[in-house]
Amino acid sequence: MQPANLLLLTIVCVLVAYGVGYARSRSLAMPLGGIRHLKSLPFYYGARAALWCGLPALFVLGLWVAFQGKVIQTLVIGSLPQEMIPGNEGEASLLLSKISNVASGALPPSFVEAPIVDASERLQALREQSRFYMSALVVSVAVLAGFLGWVRIRPKVNARVQVESILKWVFFACAALAILTTLGIIFSVAFETVRFFDKIPITEFIFGSQWSPQTAMRADQVASQGAFGMIPLFTGTLLISAIAMFVAVPVGLLSAIYLSEYANKKVRGVVKPLLEMLAGIPTVVYGFFAALTVAPFISDLAASIGIEASSQSALAAGGVMGIMIIPFVSSLSDDVINAVPQTLRDGSLALGATQSETMKKVIFPAALPGIMGGILLAVSRAIGETMIVVMAAGLAANLTANPLETVTTVTVQIVTLLTGDQEFDSAKTLAAFALGAMLFLSTLLLNVVALKIVRKYREQYD
Amino acid sequence: MSTMNPAMTREGEMADENRAQEQVEAPAETIIEEGTTVGRPFSDDPKFKLRNVEVFYGQDRAIKNISLDIGRNEVIAFIGPSGCGKSTFLRCLNRMNDSIDICKVKGSLALDDQNIYDSKRDVVELRARVGMVFQKPNPFPKSIYDNVAYGPRIHGLANRKSELDDIVENSLRKAGLWNEVKDRLDATATGMSGGQQQRLCIARAIAVSPEVILMDEPCSALDPIATARVEELISEMSESYTIVIVTHSMQQAARVSNRTAYFHLGHLVEVNETNKVFTSPEHDLTESYITGRFG
Repeated sequence: MQPANLLLLTIVCVLVAYGVGYARSRSLAMPLGGIRHLKSLPFYYGARAALWCGLPALFVLGLWVAFQGKVIQTLVIGSLPQEMIPGNEGEASLLLSKISNVASGALPPSFVEAPIVDASERLQALREQSRFYMSALVVSVAVLAGFLGWVRIRPKVNARVQVESILKWVFFACAALAILTTLGIIFSVAFETVRFFDKIPITEFIFGSQWSPQTAMRADQVASQGAFGMIPLFTGTLLISAIAMFVAVPVGLLSAIYLSEYANKKVRGVVKPLLEMLAGIPTVVYGFFAALTVAPFISDLAASIGIEASSQSALAAGGVMGIMIIPFVSSLSDDVINAVPQTLRDGSLALGATQSETMKKVIFPAALPGIMGGILLAVSRAIGETMIVVMAAGLAANLTANPLETVTTVTVQIVTLLTGDQEFDSAKTLAAFALGAMLFLSTLLLNVVALKIVRKYREQYD
Repeated sequence: MSTMNPAMTREGEMADENRAQEQVEAPAETIIEEGTTVGRPFSDDPKFKLRNVEVFYGQDRAIKNISLDIGRNEVIAFIGPSGCGKSTFLRCLNRMNDSIDICKVKGSLALDDQNIYDSKRDVVELRARVGMVFQKPNPFPKSIYDNVAYGPRIHGLANRKSELDDIVENSLRKAGLWNEVKDRLDATATGMSGGQQQRLCIARAIAVSPEVILMDEPCSALDPIATARVEELISEMSESYTIVIVTHSMQQAARVSNRTAYFHLGHLVEVNETNKVFTSPEHDLTESYITGRFG
């Protein structure tokens, strides 16, 4: 049986276990005089039987699926004649793919040597055996454990407590999965980054002011040496993020103030969802808006007052990105401003302060830490944004602070480094990981700072 | 029934007011004749002259045709069951109800013969003259000094730092807080005890030298010792200010006020000398309330 079918079968077993568990607890309750004489509700007995049935079976299934490939490979390679056993890992994987291609019929047996044909037959046989044993084991575990769970239903057993504690571990496993994924990403990026620094010195990467990652693909190819200085990319990122925040922070903050302090309920009910709709527009749409509408407009405008502007400018990308980020700032700030107790507003108004004085002198300072947290989150968003910049800001890594010139950002370069056919261990490809690691570090730092500020804010009043 | 201050929530207010009205199980409503108040509602030297005041929350009439004078330099206490409209009425006196969209005030309300609800009336000036202290101490999350200096700064009452220092010191002295805080004026006000915070709020209100101070259950969040301090303070302040105090404690009303007004379901039932209200009330409802038969 295929693992997917087996999974379905297990799920069926689990449902059956739930059903019979539920039924058994009810029938046990009957002679006692109703379900209130059970320690727990029938639902919990059913759920306990289901968990007994499902969890061990799924565990066995998972383990089997995880390890069967490796075990079968080792067995197949071990059975090859002495002279064909591969010396290193690369050869081994080549040989194995040949064997499995023969086994699946993609490669006619007449094209390869006899031992490989033998090996492919053995592979086929082992796979079938494995599938059979796996099915037998999983089904028997499910049935046995389910039966055990069913038998052990007694009116005195408190199934509720057991189900609750099992569920607690299930939830924990889900949370752990998210954390493990993050760790996995960090390790894979860190690993490739270290490999990159073997090829390019870390000092050159961090302090270099030239970025041109085009290196020779083959040894005999005539090409530039390649320069991997991240400074132009990070200045580009900073420039575009700064422009974006320059647009997003004032507009977002002031609209939040309007919404929370001045707008009446009706206006708020209309404007707030509309503003939040900005966050729902796909970034690629913002991208072509920036590239086709805003960028030409800016370059025309600059030309009309006699300034030279590139048709792809940091200003266009940053400005449109700023508009995209407005709802982040406004929505978070609105929440924070609304969280300031009404008694503080009343206190200030009762002293004869106007609404804007109250805003400026009482509410804004009280909400400031929270607003700062929101802004920092928005900054991380701006730094990580790719699509708008790809489309509107260009690819040229200029080291410049002029917003009318073409710049590029870290994320855009990662995209261009990794798209297309690449050798996976070239400095060019690995550079993407190094950039990713740097980006990750900087946004992580920002997020930590933002969280710290938000936490501090919680202790402000009350 | 909780004594929810209408100022606490912006939107929950109306619902709260309604719920409160339903819960008051009073003798038949027919006893109250609208717009009539027994006792002595008017004064020879009125600071506030309030005639036929009605307050609506949307369709609901929270205050029903109330006429009352508040005399110069008198302390008047508003008592009555929760949801009877005391706080709503109090908040009309410095237009704090303005911030509630659905709240409409009708009738004539005059401070020193000037209409409070005139459309040309400057609310800032009104509130500078009519200060307010709230149920829950609400110091700003700033230093003690900045809390007291807040009002004077807004109204430009001090030209120099030294003048501001004097105002802060005087206000804190009047509020009986100076000796406790003079060494830590830069400390955050939110770190003080509840009683100190409330006296700070009183100092903050005094700092803009108002003529009237409205107090909305100023002691309901305080312990008995802090309450005693605040009551002492009210007695001292009564020499120079007109004070309107909403309270749920009849002992407090008896201790601090000259006159007492009894509110019931949006009606002003009786106004009399405090002594008279508590010893020989004229209206049956007042008597039921002060003897604890409902409320």
